[in-house]
Amino acid sequence: MKKAIVGTVLLLLASGAAAQAETLQLEGSTTVGPIADAFAEYFKSVYPSLDITVKKTGSGDGSAALVDGRCDIANMSRFMKDKEFKDAVGNGIYPVAHVVAMDGVCVVVHPSNPVKALTKDQIRDIYAGTIKNWNQVGGPSMPIVPISRDTSSGTYETFEKLVMSKQAMAAGVEYVNSNPQAHARVKTTRGAVGYVGLGFVDASVRALKVDGILPSRQTIASGTYPVTRPLFMFTNGYPKLGSMVHKFCTFYLTEKGQELVEAKGFVPLTNY
Amino acid sequence: MHKDTDLTLTLEPAADSHRPLALTPGQDLTGFIAAHLGRAALLFITCSSVLAVLLILVFVIYRSVAFLTSYNLADFLADKAWHPTAGDPNFGALTIIVGSLYVSCAALVFAVPVGILAAVFLSDIVSWRVRNIVKPVVEILAAIPSVAYGFFAVLVLAPWMQQKFGFTTGTNALNASLILAVMALPTIISVAEDSISALGRELREASYSLGATRMETILRVVLPAAHSGIIAAVVLGMMRAIGETMVVWMASGNATQIPHPWWDLSQSIRTMTATIAGEMGEAPEGSAHRSALFAVGVLLLILTFGLNIVSEYFLTRAKKALGKS
Repeated sequence: MKKAIVGTVLLLLASGAAAQAETLQLEGSTTVGPIADAFAEYFKSVYPSLDITVKKTGSGDGSAALVDGRCDIANMSRFMKDKEFKDAVGNGIYPVAHVVAMDGVCVVVHPSNPVKALTKDQIRDIYAGTIKNWNQVGGPSMPIVPISRDTSSGTYETFEKLVMSKQAMAAGVEYVNSNPQAHARVKTTRGAVGYVGLGFVDASVRALKVDGILPSRQTIASGTYPVTRPLFMFTNGYPKLGSMVHKFCTFYLTEKGQELVEAKGFVPLTNY
Repeated sequence: MHKDTDLTLTLEPAADSHRPLALTPGQDLTGFIAAHLGRAALLFITCSSVLAVLLILVFVIYRSVAFLTSYNLADFLADKAWHPTAGDPNFGALTIIVGSLYVSCAALVFAVPVGILAAVFLSDIVSWRVRNIVKPVVEILAAIPSVAYGFFAVLVLAPWMQQKFGFTTGTNALNASLILAVMALPTIISVAEDSISALGRELREASYSLGATRMETILRVVLPAAHSGIIAAVVLGMMRAIGETMVVWMASGNATQIPHPWWDLSQSIRTMTATIAGEMGEAPEGSAHRSALFAVGVLLLILTFGLNIVSEYFLTRAKKALGKS
């Protein structure tokens, strides 16, 4: 049934029929989702007849959808696993990765806090509850209030994977449900430590050096900042040049694409 | 004038004068069928809301069965460790059950005295005209969206409490219960005021005629007589607090811990509703985590149904007591 529809669409396109109702299906990571959404919105305004759907289910589901041919682009916040790659090739799908942005998670504190740097291990111990006071990491005697994003967010996923290394968060960790709320809590709480995307670091909260490296566009884009990961869009083979999939996957290279990536709090790979 | 009414009375035909007194069997049958069909249709429409409740109940229980049958129930209810995403997951719900009850009870501690005093003031002290202005305004409190309360809690109340009282964190049990108290107030005031003013003048006049002052009348006569309605109001207020999600999610801090010492309201806590709202999005379909969240939903349903039955009991008692007097 699906093949029949695809076939008809292709026939229509080939015969140069008037109505070119093209569709673009994206599925996958909730972290990459906002970037894909922003791109999709822009694409809809430029190509009104284009029909784009962005499903935010999770990287694993995105990969499965690409393998089954249910989507054109799989959004993933990690690289494909061995098994996923083998399944894909076994199914005649040849996954190609496009890194569309970098995701750097900045550890932030109240501006009055004299602590300027922490190691990844110290941050993990703070969230795991073994370090409870700022004086254990060279600050004043003041209880630490660790603030985390709630467990359904992509930022949490990144932080947990790159910092916590399988250790459970302590019972006293507070959870907030958005980047702005994490920012607001750290801004107003002297003992707080939180983590947000680079786009949410401003004068009212201070980003810490992690393992001696201050998060910035350069250190995140180059991957030297330790809490950084690339965000992917996977396609089946390299898309045909000039096709809608190609335009979508390379949109991050344009100035508008860079602007949208930045607006979502991620770090673009280009610098206009 | 008199003549006119007389004329209309005699000239106007009775409404049914053209209808034959005896129905044919066909008419009899259609009438019978139409009456029953209409009845069935109305019954169906009424039942749809009952059906919605039943469907939700069945759905939530059905989705939680996988967890409830495979996980030790005692561990679920009595264990404090809630680590749903750890490598070796642990679903101890005690902390969040306590959290829900903790903020709801703390909210009642703030809301009940204020609510009952306000209800007495509106029913017995202030003039009828003022009451008719103030009561609807109080009820508007219930119409403010909870996310607006939540923003107030995070952006205003939390920093203020940190500065004023030196709390290490402003999003804590005190913050959540204060906001919940404000949200429960309209329910408590409205229901309590209804039951107090429904007592009628006679009771109060009898009290005054025996020489009681206004305060004595209120404390010794009116409040005891209206106690069933007031208890119902408090229970309804508690239901409002326990089921609230957005506010506690934003204001309570969501730390999975039981305050220690128990009276320390300045510590961050987590409720059942916030846990469901915060974790449902990421729990994979078919996982133990998702099923466990539905099990928490079942617990919440049991709690609110219990409270609902209690409030119904006291409301009917209040009505019966009124009927007798």
